[in-house]
Amino acid sequence: MSETTSAAVSRGLPGRPGGLWANRWFRFALRRTGRLLISLWILVTASFLMIHLVPGDPVRAALGPTAPADLVLARTRELGLLDPLWRQYADYLVHLFHGELGTSITSRLPVSETIAQRLPASAQLAVAAFVVSMLVAVPVGVGMAVLTRRGRRRRTELAFTGTSVVLGAIPDFLFGVGLVYLLAVQTHVFPVAGRDGLGSYVLPVLALAIGPAAVLSRIVRVEMLAVMEADYIRTARAKRLTPVRIHLTHALPNAVTATLTLGGLLLSSLVAGTVLVENVFAWPGLGSTIVSSITSKDYPLVQGTVLVYGVGVLLINTLVDVALALLDPRSAIGDG
Amino acid sequence: MTVLSFRDVSVRYGSHTVLKGVSLDIAHGEIVGLVGESGSGKSTLARAAVGLAPLAGGRILLDDRPVPTRGRARPVQMVFQDPYSSLDPRMTVGESIAEAMRERLGKQARRAEITRLLALVHLDAARAGDRPGRLSGGQRQRVALARALAARPEVILADEITSALDVSVQGAVLNLVREMRRELDLSMLFISHNLAVVRYVADRVAVMYDGEIVEHGPTTQVLGSPQHEYTRHLLAAVPGAAHRASAGDRASAGNQASVGNQASAENRNGILSPTPKEHT
Amino acid sequence: MRAARVLLRPVGLAGFGLLVLVLLVAVFGPVLWDGRATVVDTGNLLAGPSAEHWIGTDNLGRDLFFRVLVATRLSVALALASTGISVALGIVLGAAPLLAGRRAGRLVTGAVSVLVAFPGLLLVLFFAVVFGVGARGAALAVGLAGAPAFARLCHTLIAGISARDYIAAARIAGVSRWRILRRHALPNIAEPLIVNATMAAGGALLTFAGLSFLGLGVQAPSYDWGRLMQDGLNGIYVHPLAALGPGIAVVLAGLAFNLTGEAFAAAFGVDVIPGVARLRQVRNAAAEARGSGATTASTDAGTILSVDDLRVTIPGAQRPIRAVRGVGFAVRDGEAVGVVGESGSGKSMTALALARLIEEPIRVEANHLVFAGEDLMAGGDSAARRKRLGTSLAVVFQDPMTSFNPVHRVGPQLAEVSRFHQGLSRRAALARAVDRLRAVRVRDPERRARQYPFEFSGGMRQRAMIGMGLMGTPRLIIADEPTTALDVTVQRQVLELLTEVRRDTGAALLLISHDVSVVTDVCDRVLVMYAGRIVEELPARDLRTLARHPYTRALVAAVPDMETDLTRPLAVIPGLPVDPSRIPDGCAFAARCPLADDHCRTADPPLRADAAGNRVACHKAGQALPDTAEVTA
Ligand SMILES: Nc1ncnc2c1ncn2[C@@H]1O[C@H](COP(=O)(O)OP(=O)(O)O)[C@@H](O)[C@H]1O
Ligand code: SF4
Ligand SMILES: [Mg+2]
Repeated sequence: MSETTSAAVSRGLPGRPGGLWANRWFRFALRRTGRLLISLWILVTASFLMIHLVPGDPVRAALGPTAPADLVLARTRELGLLDPLWRQYADYLVHLFHGELGTSITSRLPVSETIAQRLPASAQLAVAAFVVSMLVAVPVGVGMAVLTRRGRRRRTELAFTGTSVVLGAIPDFLFGVGLVYLLAVQTHVFPVAGRDGLGSYVLPVLALAIGPAAVLSRIVRVEMLAVMEADYIRTARAKRLTPVRIHLTHALPNAVTATLTLGGLLLSSLVAGTVLVENVFAWPGLGSTIVSSITSKDYPLVQGTVLVYGVGVLLINTLVDVALALLDPRSAIGDG
Repeated sequence: MTVLSFRDVSVRYGSHTVLKGVSLDIAHGEIVGLVGESGSGKSTLARAAVGLAPLAGGRILLDDRPVPTRGRARPVQMVFQDPYSSLDPRMTVGESIAEAMRERLGKQARRAEITRLLALVHLDAARAGDRPGRLSGGQRQRVALARALAARPEVILADEITSALDVSVQGAVLNLVREMRRELDLSMLFISHNLAVVRYVADRVAVMYDGEIVEHGPTTQVLGSPQHEYTRHLLAAVPGAAHRASAGDRASAGNQASVGNQASAENRNGILSPTPKEHT
Repeated sequence: MRAARVLLRPVGLAGFGLLVLVLLVAVFGPVLWDGRATVVDTGNLLAGPSAEHWIGTDNLGRDLFFRVLVATRLSVALALASTGISVALGIVLGAAPLLAGRRAGRLVTGAVSVLVAFPGLLLVLFFAVVFGVGARGAALAVGLAGAPAFARLCHTLIAGISARDYIAAARIAGVSRWRILRRHALPNIAEPLIVNATMAAGGALLTFAGLSFLGLGVQAPSYDWGRLMQDGLNGIYVHPLAALGPGIAVVLAGLAFNLTGEAFAAAFGVDVIPGVARLRQVRNAAAEARGSGATTASTDAGTILSVDDLRVTIPGAQRPIRAVRGVGFAVRDGEAVGVVGESGSGKSMTALALARLIEEPIRVEANHLVFAGEDLMAGGDSAARRKRLGTSLAVVFQDPMTSFNPVHRVGPQLAEVSRFHQGLSRRAALARAVDRLRAVRVRDPERRARQYPFEFSGGMRQRAMIGMGLMGTPRLIIADEPTTALDVTVQRQVLELLTEVRRDTGAALLLISHDVSVVTDVCDRVLVMYAGRIVEELPARDLRTLARHPYTRALVAAVPDMETDLTRPLAVIPGLPVDPSRIPDGCAFAARCPLADDHCRTADPPLRADAAGNRVACHKAGQALPDTAEVTA
């Protein structure tokens, strides 16, 4: 696996005439960058339009019915909402380019400052949960596939599938509530809420990771089972390799490519899942910010946080695609 | 009289030119065989005629008019290679056939017409109520032929219709093709990579190589005294050819570099079957 | 029938029962218990569980248990409504390429693939802002947010269907696009769509719970499970059940949808996750009678492979499939033996069984199976045996496109044999791989060895596969339809390569093919198989002229060659091959044989050898066949 990946990038497998364009890695990079840019543009435009799609007067809605009319007018002007739409769009893009995301209506603080302050806590949570779920899912899935292959050990299989279905059906915030009750309220092993020291990470990370780990391990198992029936595994057996070698060097890399695709989706939903879990654990991250800003109709802040979440998700997707292309060079030649 | 006429037809997929100015005529009541290796563009030519492949140049004419690709009247019909994908698994045989009929018929008339068409392909009328899942590959291919006939076509394009079938069934379908031509006066483009099969059904043969027709003429002439090197190469490759072809033929085929054979001429002669075989 | 299959499985039964229960509570709950859920018990504010209030009361003293039951309706209704929106919108967007043509379709697909990248919750939050906080807004938001995923699903499913020839045939017949969608596409994608919609409803349920929990969903005085949970969370120190009760309801309802979906999926044969291989249920087939056609094959010196009474049984859903029923033959050193027969006659199973590549639950039995002096039926899977087989038995498979591992380069895949069995270093093994690629006449082998299989053409891969067999010193090459997937010209090259390899290495060859001409070209001797048995064995050169079994003769006559008489119809074998799970008494070929009589239908003809060593299994071997009339299958 490793020998195929590293060399593939550095060398780029050229050999055909036609210069740079003929190099499939170059084409892949171009295509993937193009898609990322288009997605970014859609994201930015959507977050810009959000405030205009709100029915009624957004500023009035934010400040409440009792706010004096001139204050509403002042804020409206401040937000540039009196300019023609194209002008607002252009300003929005220019500001964005300079890293300015506007000012919060309620707190009067620059949005970028709030985000910069809260983003790390959320990111740490998401990354930690992703790593934990991958570390659990891949070995468990592979092990279960090998153990229960071709209808062997049906009872083990049933127990595993049953457990993972149940765990997968429990939403992460419920895990949060349950874990708080069991390990914080009842036994005081971990703190109930807040972000203070390593111990405070355990429950939120667990709450986020359990569901995805259950789902992912099932996917790994199913993929492994499918791969084990492939013709090239029969070829490997015809070479009379040991079962361990067949599983690890011939089956696993193929199963991982499919797993990674779904794992990527999972990671992006993990990012979103932080919103709920942060609320359970009063985690000082972006998740609580976005919820409070939606309820208080603080549109600039909503715009900014949605944008940040979206960019995070897009970057993850791109990373996954690149990883896939390295693992399985065929995926770099398709239309991505 | 020419029925279907390909005039300088080109098809391009992206930067890849699949057909490079192909011209071919199919006369009334004639079966034209089209042979060549996979990827040479045989199927694309047929698909272009029914509007499934985009034309990049040239024209395809039916009785001197463009082939209609809109509306209910479709005088050019196609039968596909894979009998397992060419029938909707959710539709009964009768429904599949009825769908291709030109005009909406009453219940009685439709049933009579389905029975007639099934009889043409030697299937029992009771089959009309079956779903394809209950039919064998050969039977499915017959249904596909019946569906093509339901549109009352002038020309049928048969794309490798026997290559997915077992040898024991292939013969029956080939017999059927010859019979249909004899009794229905159909014109047909019969695509196959199997020269023996084409020899058995086709009046004329066209040989395609890399998007071009490199040789065409009456079957006996093309297969009996091939002019183009590629045709000779194809003939030499037919299994069982060992006991027919002369050594000279084989040597010249072996030198055909464009086909990407790395074997040297001596080698080719040296490794042919160790035991000389008699033929029947 | 399908419903029955759903209910037969315990998981399906549990899921379905739970779902019915949830739906019943949703329909009747508010009617039955609305009173008890709204009664204010001022003496019991925020009380814990008691006999009176099973999971306690809320801040107004209302009974939480009944509130949970009553909340079922709103929770489930919102989930179903939003799933409906997602599915409807998804179908429209997913069918766009089929309905609106290529260009517009590509635009929609592009937009969908951008949107699908964003997780549902993020889209929900976005739409929640636009539609405002509240139940209706949330339903719209969740529905819209779910649409891209369904659009992607419909698109993939419809694209899969559109590639099928029956869609092309309908187009050619002038069937309109709408009708194609309605008559061909939708019915064929309905099952996976139902499965996914069921599961999506479960997902929507959880999303709503989450939204209401955040305070972005249902607003007071309405309440759903999420709201109840949020209300309960504040008191989790004191009355955990107030928060956990509605949580349990959410999980149960979510499970009901998910389990039902899984059960549907299993019953429909839909892959919930793409690529699930479905295996028939293992059943220990009862010990069967010995095949009567077994003839002991010699195990003399000079014999590389000898097998006697080989039987392969596949456990089937109803009854075991007897794919191979007592095959016995021998291959001498350096000899080329061909196996012909229709598909399903057991050729591949024989080849795989000989190579010991068949795994559980398929059963392989034989009196003996001796390769190079070693009985492969005896003894386990020792390293020494692996090494012997790995270096002296080469196997070439039918489909060169799928037989190489797509994620490894070709060179290392060949080199693996030498590194593993011959202890060569990585470098030395790779050098040998390059050398072997050169030997099978792959041009520019150094560069080719560094390429991936997908960069090879079909013929090239089959050469490389043969080269893989040459990494050791093969004494037998088993090739199962090695040229069936290839063009005639490439087929010729591969066959020549096999012949040459045999000449250079002295290896024997077992060549399996359905093409009589291929076998006569390459082999010395031919075995003809029918319904899992050898029915005739004779020298290859005699196949066209001296065959005595009616099946062999029909097989030869049915295939047109370059000398076939054009004035006569081709010979045809009437009827269908025998279903290997229902093999009749007597001669298996009797139903299709023009010579069959009552004796044939009752007594199975044994495989008997004549003086020349040729074998045939027929009561009327060699008798003249009636003139073949045009018979149709
Ligand atoms: N994995 C399988 N599950 C069920 N039946 C199978 C399987 N593999 C092969 N068979 C059945 O075994 C019989 C023999 O198959 P095979 O050896 O592949 O025949 P051949 O190679 O002559 O075409 C066929 O009826 C086939 O349907
Ligand atoms: S035994 Fe009878 S039925 Fe079987 S092949 Fe011979 S003649 Fe035909
Ligand atoms: Mg086979």
